[in-house]
Amino acid sequence: MKTKLATMALGAVMAAGPVMADLVFPSLSYRTGPYAAGGIPFADGYADYFTLLNERDGGIGGVPAKVIECETGYNTEKGVECYESTKGEGALVYQPLSTGITYQLIPKTTADGIPMHTMGYGRTSAKNGGVFSHTFNYPANYWDGASGAINYLLEENGGDLNGKKVALVYHNSAYGKEPIRTLEELSKKHGFELVALPVDHPGQEQKSQWLQIRRDKPDYVLMWGWGVMNQVAVQEAANIRFPMENFIGIWWSGSENDVLPAGEAANGYKALTFHNVGSDFPLYDDLNKYVIDAGKAAGAGDQVGTVLYNRGLYAAMLAAEAAKKAQEISGNAEITPADMRDGMEALEITEAKMSELGLPNFGPTFSVSCENHGGDALVGVTQWDAATKTWSLISEFKPTDGDVIGPLITEDSSAYAAENNIDPRC
Amino acid sequence: MPEQLVFGMEVILNGLMAGVLYALVALGFVLIYKASGIFNYAQGVMALFAAMTLVGIMNGQVPFSHLINAIFGTHIHYFGWNVPALFAILLTMAVMVLLAWAVQRFVMRHLVGQEPIILFMATIGLAYFLEGVADLMWGSEIKTLDVGLPQGINLWIDESTFNIFGYGFFIDNLDIVATVIAALLVAALVAFSQYTKQGRAMRAVADDHQAALSVGISLNFIWIMVWSVAGFVALVAGIMWGTKSGVQFSLSLIALKALPVLMLGGFTSIPGAIVGGLIIGVGEKLFEFTLGPALGGATENWFAYVLALIFLVFRPQGLFGEKIIERV
Repeated sequence: MKTKLATMALGAVMAAGPVMADLVFPSLSYRTGPYAAGGIPFADGYADYFTLLNERDGGIGGVPAKVIECETGYNTEKGVECYESTKGEGALVYQPLSTGITYQLIPKTTADGIPMHTMGYGRTSAKNGGVFSHTFNYPANYWDGASGAINYLLEENGGDLNGKKVALVYHNSAYGKEPIRTLEELSKKHGFELVALPVDHPGQEQKSQWLQIRRDKPDYVLMWGWGVMNQVAVQEAANIRFPMENFIGIWWSGSENDVLPAGEAANGYKALTFHNVGSDFPLYDDLNKYVIDAGKAAGAGDQVGTVLYNRGLYAAMLAAEAAKKAQEISGNAEITPADMRDGMEALEITEAKMSELGLPNFGPTFSVSCENHGGDALVGVTQWDAATKTWSLISEFKPTDGDVIGPLITEDSSAYAAENNIDPRC
Repeated sequence: MPEQLVFGMEVILNGLMAGVLYALVALGFVLIYKASGIFNYAQGVMALFAAMTLVGIMNGQVPFSHLINAIFGTHIHYFGWNVPALFAILLTMAVMVLLAWAVQRFVMRHLVGQEPIILFMATIGLAYFLEGVADLMWGSEIKTLDVGLPQGINLWIDESTFNIFGYGFFIDNLDIVATVIAALLVAALVAFSQYTKQGRAMRAVADDHQAALSVGISLNFIWIMVWSVAGFVALVAGIMWGTKSGVQFSLSLIALKALPVLMLGGFTSIPGAIVGGLIIGVGEKLFEFTLGPALGGATENWFAYVLALIFLVFRPQGLFGEKIIERV
């Protein structure tokens, strides 16, 4: 009897052992609700990359990666519940995929000592790692997006936007309002007129905004939208025959979902990006072999190669590389959230590393430091081809205007530090 | 003519068109409330379900394919055929009738005589159930809906108004089609309820379902019929809104646009839904045009409710609603 009990206990310990040792990457996903069409591909890409590492490499540094998925429905309260219910599982890094959830989790993750990565969303001034010790937003943030769009327009206009009119159609939320301050500063610097046009959630009805655009005749329209707002805006732009090549969305307004419903009319629409598009990368050979063809793809397996799938894949790759860095720094394969934070803060993404990972020219090169949690702020532009139903990267990843963005980040992060009695670390 | 006045006329016309689209959603609520006293929270989801079913049938999508593939390890997603739009609409209508029967058989039949709030709660449950079934049946991705409706600026109106005012008005062809369809729909519904045996039976049930039962009217049949008609209205609304934005889960949120229309027009009047929709449509667009810029824009959502509340102060039953007198 004693032998049996001892065997059972040993078995239980052995069974529990690997679970404890797994590197846990929670995925706060949204596969249901109005924003599911955007949440599903990201969650699939995020999960598939870790599946690939487990199947091909046996995990990260020999330790299996474990993705715990929790459904937020893009709802801030549910997102916080997901955080509370998963943080005890040994979570190494959170990627909430929602600016609302990010704002709620900044103080919580800081207090709990768990890093959070908000790639291309969240609180922009979290780039100041001296104040936001556990929040990272590399490789680019909303203000980089605003500056990237204006830089692109400058290029298109021979470096002169003086006298031009730029309209911003934005989701009337904290997310949508993020670029306004930067664009106001940029309009002063470059002499263009900025017209801000808010669209209420969810954005199914935008007739007033597009009638105004038709009357005012701006030279360019920028869009900060998400979900149904994007599809309606592209359709309305087509309806008033606004030239699509002069219509540029932020990266959350630049997926297949946003342009397909408008059909041919969406041809030429542009969007900003901080990663490449399509599936023509060596990594996809391994993904097909170890994950997709093996029947281990997340979800229905039908999102592979889409813009948002690539973004999820990229987010997972950056998390995995930070985990490797953390293992290297700590000397332990089984890292803690504190190690992970150190790994993220020492992360360096070079083109050589990207090529080695099977993702040449997939994303910008950047490095992270205590002072700079936002990377090198390089932004590219993509364009939609309705005939082939594909996005193409039409510019390199180019620098944004640090002279304008830098002081804004200092101002906002200093205010946060003062409100929360934070002494900058660096 | 002053430029702002011309712009204002264009805004009013577009407000009227938007109002028709709101009214299309509100009509479904009115039909069910009129016949059974139930505020059907699931009406928006019914529009979503109908539109998803229509696209699925048109594209030859295998329903529940993800579930089937997960259980049996197969990789089937499409039958390999496309169904013409008109035939697909008929098939979708058959699905909506089946849904009406299921709602009646498995939900409402068991709740006859219950408090209105319980019936309302049941429709909340129905909304969540239906949303889940739609997801499982057809998937969550955004689908393009093209039943051949024209979209984009109406060039004739653009040119005609340009010749008169020196500024061409923008009117979306889809909105014009929606207006014509809504007008036909309302005329058909009014004629149905006034001049057909089933329509009169429906009104009798709405007045007093026990009295109707005593004269031999089948409650089951009437309620299935009403839910079917509401399903048809949901399908029309789903086609119009789905053509604009693609068929996706946020389509169910169009119900939010119907609430101020119902508050204003009354829950029991079909013409009220139309007039309410037009007032809300024009009111919110004009407010946004005139005072929106001074208030930071995006006033339409909240202004629609404010407008409805102002009407409620003076006519709690809505413009065309029945005045309820309760004697104690």
